[in-house]
Amino acid sequence: MWRTATLTQIRRETPRAATFRLAVPHWAGHLPGQHLLLRLTAADGYVAQRHYSIASAPDGSGHIELTLDRVPDGEVSGWFHTVARPGDTVEVRGPLSGFFAWPGDRPALLIGAGSGVVPLMSMIRHHRARGLTVPLRMLVSARSPGELIYASELGAETTPVFTRSAPPGVPVGRMTTAHVAPLLAEPPVGGWEAYVCGSNGFAEHASRLLVAAGQPVDRIRIERFG
Amino acid sequence: MNVTRGFTGRPRVHNPGLPPGQYDARDDWPVLSAEVTPDLAPADWSFRIDGLVERPHTWDWDAAHALPASAYDGDIHCVTGWSKFGVRFGGVSLDAFFHVVRPHGSATHAVARSHTGYTANLPLADLTGGRAWIVWEYDGAPLPPEHGGPARLVVPHLYFWKSAKWIAGITLLDHDEPGFWERNGYHARGNPWEEQRYAGD
Repeated sequence: MWRTATLTQIRRETPRAATFRLAVPHWAGHLPGQHLLLRLTAADGYVAQRHYSIASAPDGSGHIELTLDRVPDGEVSGWFHTVARPGDTVEVRGPLSGFFAWPGDRPALLIGAGSGVVPLMSMIRHHRARGLTVPLRMLVSARSPGELIYASELGAETTPVFTRSAPPGVPVGRMTTAHVAPLLAEPPVGGWEAYVCGSNGFAEHASRLLVAAGQPVDRIRIERFG
Repeated sequence: MNVTRGFTGRPRVHNPGLPPGQYDARDDWPVLSAEVTPDLAPADWSFRIDGLVERPHTWDWDAAHALPASAYDGDIHCVTGWSKFGVRFGGVSLDAFFHVVRPHGSATHAVARSHTGYTANLPLADLTGGRAWIVWEYDGAPLPPEHGGPARLVVPHLYFWKSAKWIAGITLLDHDEPGFWERNGYHARGNPWEEQRYAGD
């Protein structure tokens, strides 16, 4: 079940986050939003394993991409950010868990913060790559424009929210009802499936905004870091 | 063994309480529910046991608290990789509830369900014999909503997704019926010591 994956490329996204492209032989394919289990093994057999969301869309290329924040004292993310280079191998298992997956079959409202944007970006990339016409919108919170992951790739479907500093003319502050309510005031046919990803504090805040704006609780899917 | 170049990892700590593939979360207690945290007051909470039992029964907050108090002092293990040591949950042993409803001899499995609709399946044997609790206190204080308050199931010898938050009831069955995560690829039993994370482990 564990597959050996070879690191083929490292791309910096922000000062704290980078994308790691992996070649995974016989990768079974994934749905946007799914994650995998990744493990590193030390020479003495010590193993560290973590769950990471898949950033890339399913594309049949035999490659997947992960975007990792550098976590202080993170033994796995620390290795990726300071030691890893193309040609290195790690082990992966997955894809895992169908609950946070979006196959592209229904309108989706994506709300993320920080690296919570990673599984949501897989959905946006999938939507674009397949030329889907089903409605897709994203609200993404970042501290500043420089910390907005995938900033150059985000399009008209995305509204960024900046909590610490913003470009001139753009308000600074946390996500509010004013961001969420307009999207729910005119929902698409069949309503939105909401996907929320971020820290627990953000997930609690965003899900309360959604419920207050009328989104049914049973159509909110949450992925919390931890 | 597939050694990762340049990976050394954290200092090795011999901890016989740490199941394979887990790490010590220390003071952290991550919240990992996939649902919206419900706004559930103790007065609106109830807990029912039904299915293959002699006398199905529903307890409200006060009736549940009238049962003999029991606490769990020990460790918990989450399938995402963290373990937390030395936690203390206060509540009532599930045995006290089963004593009232009297499970049929034919009951072999259980489905625990939350007030949100979340479910988890367990072998009945994992819920009896002083190994499972309905709890409303953590470290002597009311259990916070995001951790399952006002009351949750705690089955600490299995991965913690089995310990359904916002517990609403348990239905006893004569067969296994997969719950929320079990339908999404997770293991039917979830024993951390055998690293039963996903179906097929």
